[in-house]
Amino acid sequence: KNNVNIKEIGPGMAGADSDDSLYPIAVLIDELRNEDVQLRLNSIKKLSTIALALGVERTRTELLPFLTDTIYDEDEVLLALAEQLGNFTMLVGGPEYVHCLLPPLESLATVEETVVRDKAVESLRKISHEHSPVDLEVHFEPLVKRLASGDWFTSRTSACGLFSVCYPRVSSTVKAEIRQHFRTLCSDDTPMVRRAAASKLGEFAKVLELEYVKSDIISLFTALASDEQDSVRLLAVEAGVSIATLLPQEDLEALVMPTLRQAAEDKSWRVRYMVADKFSDLQKAVGPEITKNDLVPAFQNLLKDCEAEVRAAAANKVKEFCENLPEDSRETIIMTHILPCVKELVSDTNQHVKSALASVIMGLSTILGKDNTIEHLLPLFLAQLKDECPEVRLNIISNLDCVNEVIGIRQLSQSLLPAIVELAEDAKWRVRLAIIEYMPLLAGQLGVEFFDEKLNSLCMAWLVDHVYAIREAATCNLMKLVEKFGAEWAQNTIVPKVLGMANDPNYLHRMTTLFCINALSEVCGQEITTKHMLPVVFKMSNDQVANVRFNVAKSLQKIGPVLDSNCLQTEVKPVLEKLASDQDMDVKYFAQEAISGSSTGLFMEKQCALFPLSKKCFRDTWLPKCFVQLFTKQTILLFILTPNLPAEPSCSVYHHLLNLSLGSHI
Amino acid sequence: MFGAAAVGQSRWCLSQVKGAIDDDVAEADIISAVEFSHSGELLATGDRGGRIVIFQQEQESKNLPQGRAEYNVYSTFQSHEPEFDYLKSLEIEEKINKIRWLPQKNAAHFLLSTNDKTVKLWKISERDKRPEGYNLKEEDGRYRHPSSLTTLRVPVFQPMDLMVEASPRRVYANAHTYHINSISVNSDNETYLSADDLRINLWHLDFTDRSFNIVDIKPANMEELTEVITASEFHPLQCNTFVYGSSKGSVRLCDMRASALCDQHSKLFEEPEDPSTRSFFSEIISSISDVKFSHSGRYMMTRDYLTLKIWDLHMESRPVETYQVHGYLRSKLCSLYENDCIFDKFECCWRGDDSEVMTGSYNNFFRMFDRDAQRDVTLEASWENGSPGCSLKTWRVCAGSRRKRSEIGVDCLDFSRKILYTSWHPQDSIVALATVNNLYIFQEKPN
Repeated sequence: KNNVNIKEIGPGMAGADSDDSLYPIAVLIDELRNEDVQLRLNSIKKLSTIALALGVERTRTELLPFLTDTIYDEDEVLLALAEQLGNFTMLVGGPEYVHCLLPPLESLATVEETVVRDKAVESLRKISHEHSPVDLEVHFEPLVKRLASGDWFTSRTSACGLFSVCYPRVSSTVKAEIRQHFRTLCSDDTPMVRRAAASKLGEFAKVLELEYVKSDIISLFTALASDEQDSVRLLAVEAGVSIATLLPQEDLEALVMPTLRQAAEDKSWRVRYMVADKFSDLQKAVGPEITKNDLVPAFQNLLKDCEAEVRAAAANKVKEFCENLPEDSRETIIMTHILPCVKELVSDTNQHVKSALASVIMGLSTILGKDNTIEHLLPLFLAQLKDECPEVRLNIISNLDCVNEVIGIRQLSQSLLPAIVELAEDAKWRVRLAIIEYMPLLAGQLGVEFFDEKLNSLCMAWLVDHVYAIREAATCNLMKLVEKFGAEWAQNTIVPKVLGMANDPNYLHRMTTLFCINALSEVCGQEITTKHMLPVVFKMSNDQVANVRFNVAKSLQKIGPVLDSNCLQTEVKPVLEKLASDQDMDVKYFAQEAISGSSTGLFMEKQCALFPLSKKCFRDTWLPKCFVQLFTKQTILLFILTPNLPAEPSCSVYHHLLNLSLGSHI
Repeated sequence: MFGAAAVGQSRWCLSQVKGAIDDDVAEADIISAVEFSHSGELLATGDRGGRIVIFQQEQESKNLPQGRAEYNVYSTFQSHEPEFDYLKSLEIEEKINKIRWLPQKNAAHFLLSTNDKTVKLWKISERDKRPEGYNLKEEDGRYRHPSSLTTLRVPVFQPMDLMVEASPRRVYANAHTYHINSISVNSDNETYLSADDLRINLWHLDFTDRSFNIVDIKPANMEELTEVITASEFHPLQCNTFVYGSSKGSVRLCDMRASALCDQHSKLFEEPEDPSTRSFFSEIISSISDVKFSHSGRYMMTRDYLTLKIWDLHMESRPVETYQVHGYLRSKLCSLYENDCIFDKFECCWRGDDSEVMTGSYNNFFRMFDRDAQRDVTLEASWENGSPGCSLKTWRVCAGSRRKRSEIGVDCLDFSRKILYTSWHPQDSIVALATVNNLYIFQEKPN
């Protein structure tokens, strides 16, 4: 097979006629029709190389006709082709010949796969700018018309995206035709085309003269916004926002607002959701007066919507909406209109709504200032900190910095602590993981004293969590805390506790000591590492569990760079050499690995996966990739995902486990 | 004389029979779905072996309105394979439960097919050109020596014999815990629903990694389960409306505009049970086996074991029309229960102009009801009674012993021969229906 990997060939070689220079190109061309998709894809991605070798003339007369017919290929090949053709102008002879690229892109713009069509349209838009005004009318605009009046909706949807690029550069007669075509597509029979037209309406409005925006676009917008299909109406909302930015303030009320008001009260929740989702943009587009008179009540309604999805979308916008309110009346509007709704949302029945609110509510404190925050917002924060849904509490905690700036965190700390403690002990390990990740941030805000007093014990408790991911995150957390509070703090508070675990009867906890040492050695520095940690590591090299011993070898390799060379030679090396003659093959391996200093562990990772099977300890330390614990009604199944295991040696183990877990089914 | 000949004869005549005419039927060959495409040009059948066969209408017969409806095999492909769910120790059959065509979007055709768990989107496309010309080898694959290479050749597309390809475009998996009984494409052309016994999910055709649950009737405690979803369909015009039928004989209409989760129906179509006919079998025979909107979107038809009901969407209290499909079986329910026939799920279909409806029965009989004339016929799908082109004989089932040539006694009905799957050409007077392993195509003769 000729799967030669070809380097890019410079234009200088294109003219050469020796066999040697033709060969790689010949391979590329032949692979354009190889059976292997990957090879076809490679060839398409090197299309510029082929075109350079062929020269502009043959590219136009032979390569492009071939590509025009290549529409039966896999999506990924067509996608790559559509992208390539967008950058092909120079390869067909410059802007003078750019219209030669239209036929292949036209056929790509009609395929059924949306991503391919979109890419073809993107490339067409790109090369439209390279057309001269004459070529645009002679070649490009007819293509847009062909697509717009195509039999299949795929071509008509593609046409929608092309009007705006040719409109500004054509004569007024052609402009009138383009407007007519766009109008036709806005009332197309198929919802697909109306959707495409609705999504491009705003963009098209931007290039139209203002008189036509008022006469044409507004009526199209009104029609699309009252389409029978929900999916069309909801796209009209976004178009409405764009149109609103184009119109002078005095026209907004008459031309756009009735339709937008109607959209905010649409029967379909999906349309109302869209309004809520675009609310900030809308607010900016219509300006302060309409915001005060229209949008405030509309926003209140959205916050009280009967559909939770809509309430959640609106809740997400609370902070942004309040921020963008006109300054003169901001506080009054928030206090009298918005805050009452927000208070209700705090005790919403839907947890998505509550957690959406919790993710932004803290931001209100900067807007409302200290006194209002303490009086009105603080009770809400505190209520959310006690919410039954952990996500709500987490969102509050993760945004504490906003409040910290305004009232200082002390106000909250009394309520904060129980909330943190509860999250830290949540039954779901993902919740515990999330709160751990906020610990360094909290520690920074609460200060070292408060931390030592209240939170330190939590951080230590996580080290002996029964889920490996938590223990791992806990070690990482310790490292970040030391970065914040310094090595001296570490030596006094953390290191003794960590090292104490080296004597724990549970080998998993003893290993945690090693993992902590790995993480802490660098931030603690040479002195603490050599004086306090190293002796413990050495002691553990005599551990009875092989897993601990080979982790000693790994740790020594990790902390090596922190130690001085004398210590390495006189103390570390002997220990490693002893481990290298261990009876356990894995300990041997890692010791040798540490001695030679190489760290290509890919092969060993796989062996590790097998290792616990022989030791009969199925613990969660063993890479979650390799084992998936599945719970069924009857039993707990341990299942191996085969691809992660070497084929040969695992076979028997695999079957053994399958038999064991599936029992009678095999 | 002429009038006499018309007695006992319908205007329907046999056009074609597909499949082996053999008593020995392989399980995999049993047809489990029949569906015309939106133009009627293509007709798809699915079987228990997971295969889909697509027939195409002959070009000549399409152009002649009076001509015969000739359908020939266009493409055959394996849609689903048998699978084994290791987590639940469950075998997943490859049987095609439903086929639904998508509105045509370009020269290719697309259809959705489903087995119990997985919906797939298939593309059926034609290819009549292929590239020719290599640089480094001959067309037959022999390698050319690189030293003979003096100039580059760009391949050229040349005409070739028409080739029809079916390629899988999307696989929508892992969203159903129970068995999928229905799929239905939305009129917005971008979403579809898939319904299993307890839940209905909404998919976007372009995304296989997520679906939205729109109906969930699973009770917190499965012991409280009294009702399952048996069929579901989108309204043909209103993108926000869909219905689902249940094992208790009720049909719920839901409005997706009202909320994201449609557990609260907006209309409930249910006919109060007649206390005089109540029996042990009442609930079983009232289970909805199929629900279909009329093309106009004004009416909805439901099929239960014995009857076909047509509902006006504006009236929930009772159907506007009720047709007895095989009322004579009411006395036989006991034996039908014993041989499991009572659980057969008959489908039903509308004529293109909604003026007639059709559904299947036993003994390879099928029934057509003319809604305006209030006329009904019983016809038999059989290749023995007449050659292609002949009008079909109409049958009458009588309770007692048979008296006339066109009559048959209830006791003589063969319950192993049944017509469950039927489809009506969307425009023309052509119907397709499946007996056990044969596909029959009938055409109505103009008077």
